[in-house]
Amino acid sequence: MSAGWIERARRNAFGWGLVLPSLLFLGLFTYYPMLRTARLSLFEQDLATPKPLFVGLGNFAALLKDPVFLKVLGNNAWYAVGTVPASIALAFAMALFADKAVRGRTFARVAFFYPNMIPMIAVANIWLFLYTPHFGLLARLASWLSGQNVSLLGDPHTVLGAMIAMAIWKEAGYFMIFYLAAMQQIPKDLFEAASADGARKWTALRRITIPLTMPTTLFVAVIAMTNAFKLVDHLWIMTKGGPNHASSLLLYHIYETSFQFYDQGMAAAMTVAMIALLLLLSALQVFGWDRSIHYD
Amino acid sequence: MWNYGKTTLLLLAGALTLAGCGQSGGGNADGAPPSASASDADQPAASPSSSPSAEPTQAPVEITFYYPVNVGGPLTKVIDGMAADFTSKHPDIKVKPVYTGNYGDNTVKIQAGIQAKQPPDVAVMMSTELYSMLDTDAIVPLDDFIAKDADFDMADFYPAFLEDTQTEGKTYSVPFQRSTILLYYNKEMFKAAGLDPEKPPQTWDELVAYAKKLNRDGHNGLEIPGNDDSYWMFQMFARQAASDPKTNIMSADGKKAMFDTPENVAALQFWIDLSRKYKAMPEGIIDWAAVPTDFIAGKTAMMVHTSGNLTNVKNNAKFDFGVAFPPANKQFGSPTGGGNLYIFKDASPEKQAAAWTFVQYMTAPEQAALFSSSSGYVGVRKSAYDTDAMKTYTAGFPQALVARDQLDYAFRELSTHNHGKVSSALTNQIQAALSGQTDAATALKQAQQEAEQALAPFNK
Repeated sequence: MSAGWIERARRNAFGWGLVLPSLLFLGLFTYYPMLRTARLSLFEQDLATPKPLFVGLGNFAALLKDPVFLKVLGNNAWYAVGTVPASIALAFAMALFADKAVRGRTFARVAFFYPNMIPMIAVANIWLFLYTPHFGLLARLASWLSGQNVSLLGDPHTVLGAMIAMAIWKEAGYFMIFYLAAMQQIPKDLFEAASADGARKWTALRRITIPLTMPTTLFVAVIAMTNAFKLVDHLWIMTKGGPNHASSLLLYHIYETSFQFYDQGMAAAMTVAMIALLLLLSALQVFGWDRSIHYD
Repeated sequence: MWNYGKTTLLLLAGALTLAGCGQSGGGNADGAPPSASASDADQPAASPSSSPSAEPTQAPVEITFYYPVNVGGPLTKVIDGMAADFTSKHPDIKVKPVYTGNYGDNTVKIQAGIQAKQPPDVAVMMSTELYSMLDTDAIVPLDDFIAKDADFDMADFYPAFLEDTQTEGKTYSVPFQRSTILLYYNKEMFKAAGLDPEKPPQTWDELVAYAKKLNRDGHNGLEIPGNDDSYWMFQMFARQAASDPKTNIMSADGKKAMFDTPENVAALQFWIDLSRKYKAMPEGIIDWAAVPTDFIAGKTAMMVHTSGNLTNVKNNAKFDFGVAFPPANKQFGSPTGGGNLYIFKDASPEKQAAAWTFVQYMTAPEQAALFSSSSGYVGVRKSAYDTDAMKTYTAGFPQALVARDQLDYAFRELSTHNHGKVSSALTNQIQAALSGQTDAATALKQAQQEAEQALAPFNK
């Protein structure tokens, strides 16, 4: 009896010992700040109230009435809707091509993957130039299409779309790598059997490739969704969230509130809202989709 | 299992406590040595006007100086040189410049330092940070230093630059790198359009007429940036449209905003009309950084931009260009911009005194002249323009004098309590109006409401 207990404790100790280093760092730099933020979100603390004032859920109630927060949240929703499915679909198509292409295969893979190797700030500078009126390739294309001089980043109607296009370009190559790996895992005899049965390429794609890469799709979808909220570096370079909040995203607005307005209580409340939202989204994806996925 | 779980938790808690101790311990350690050295090094450093001939045996006071420029940027050499020169003249003080990126990054780093009780001793920050710094109790008034320092002559500084260093009867900063708004024009394009290259537009009407004539050969007539701190350009239009020569869009104590006056609406309307009605400028929001690039590349014949671009245009434009006051409506006008030197409260008294000696040195006429001629910023004091260095510089580049002459019409940049919220309320509404989402009157009314809300706690 007691020997069993000691044995179990020893095994557990080994496990904890392995987890400890990362747990320590996660605790110090992730969970502890998160708890502090959650606490701060219950206080009013800004330039007018240097001593924190407990307001309970007051900050959250104010958020629901704040037009800028709602606007930014809406922007972020559109940004996610615009980037996630498109970049996944593009990644899948590119992976199909990079998997099958016989000639220029390495070139295709490098070309598709390279946007992901460039830091977001550099990407933003490149695309800022592409969108610069008079000079940029895409700005000229847009001007030619619309028949007048347009400033894609200066117009509230086009700025978010311009950001979405850039994000898809940047992200798709990264997701392609996962699809490529998944496709190479699919046993070749499945395709051989399918073609022996007279199945067309399209059927093989629909019945073999897509179902067997579903776990990858789930994984990529979670990453893409969180990236839609996490990657905001380009805003500093390209628009600073303007014109009139038209391109602002949640994380950028949190930064602005905290470091330009010094409204720390409100920034903490928004951070808590964002964490909750991301947790909810990933939970829905993982637990909702899991059933329709075939793992082998 | 429980035991080990508890041990882990304990370990974790221990680590957290240690980390907490580390922070406060660091703060103490930093605060301790100066107070210890205060007893043996009090005299030479404590009195700011004392002669620089301190005994070299004493350990020098080391002060940290935050300066908003990217590491490796062109101004780092100038600042490094000035700091080294200062130390050679004041061996008892060692200046450690820290290059912190742009103004925004610089302020974030300083605010983080204030919260951790480890701010720099002296720093260059936007003049508009005054009230935020006061509300976080971060800076000291300089009046005592100024009163004791016979070498420091406030009256020699341009009054337009002093406006934003003062509030409620006290002075909190010293002007350092300052700018105004200028009209830049391409003389060759003026000739091509049949305009006299020595006669830039003087009034709003002329500006419109000239811009229309210059809108030819595939380039624009005029570009005025509409993003970034849009309120700054707006202040220029607002002053030009006002009949009162002292009017501004906020009160001098930084507690009230006056955004939605009829004159201000007319000013914003003119800005919108420049593109939408007169077709003198491209529609929508023109990017701040793209404007000088367009001007240098010959994509626009005129631009309205900061005098901070003088050196950039001078070095890169392959054509003859002129600069002038931005055209007047009822009067000329331009807000000032740029950064001042501040001294921080958490520094020990001898560090503050050393910081003041440094501030005094950096803004002395020779240094002001050196800095202005090597950076393109406006010299902050009158006597700087009497130095040989400045005379040589302005003789070869008379455009630099226009920015200085304009100081008679220059005034304080928007600066209020809760400045971030107030200025971004105005900036966003201006952008909404420029991009056609709303009209001038509605935009300014909305900005006024948001500003009043942000200022309400300071008017109790």
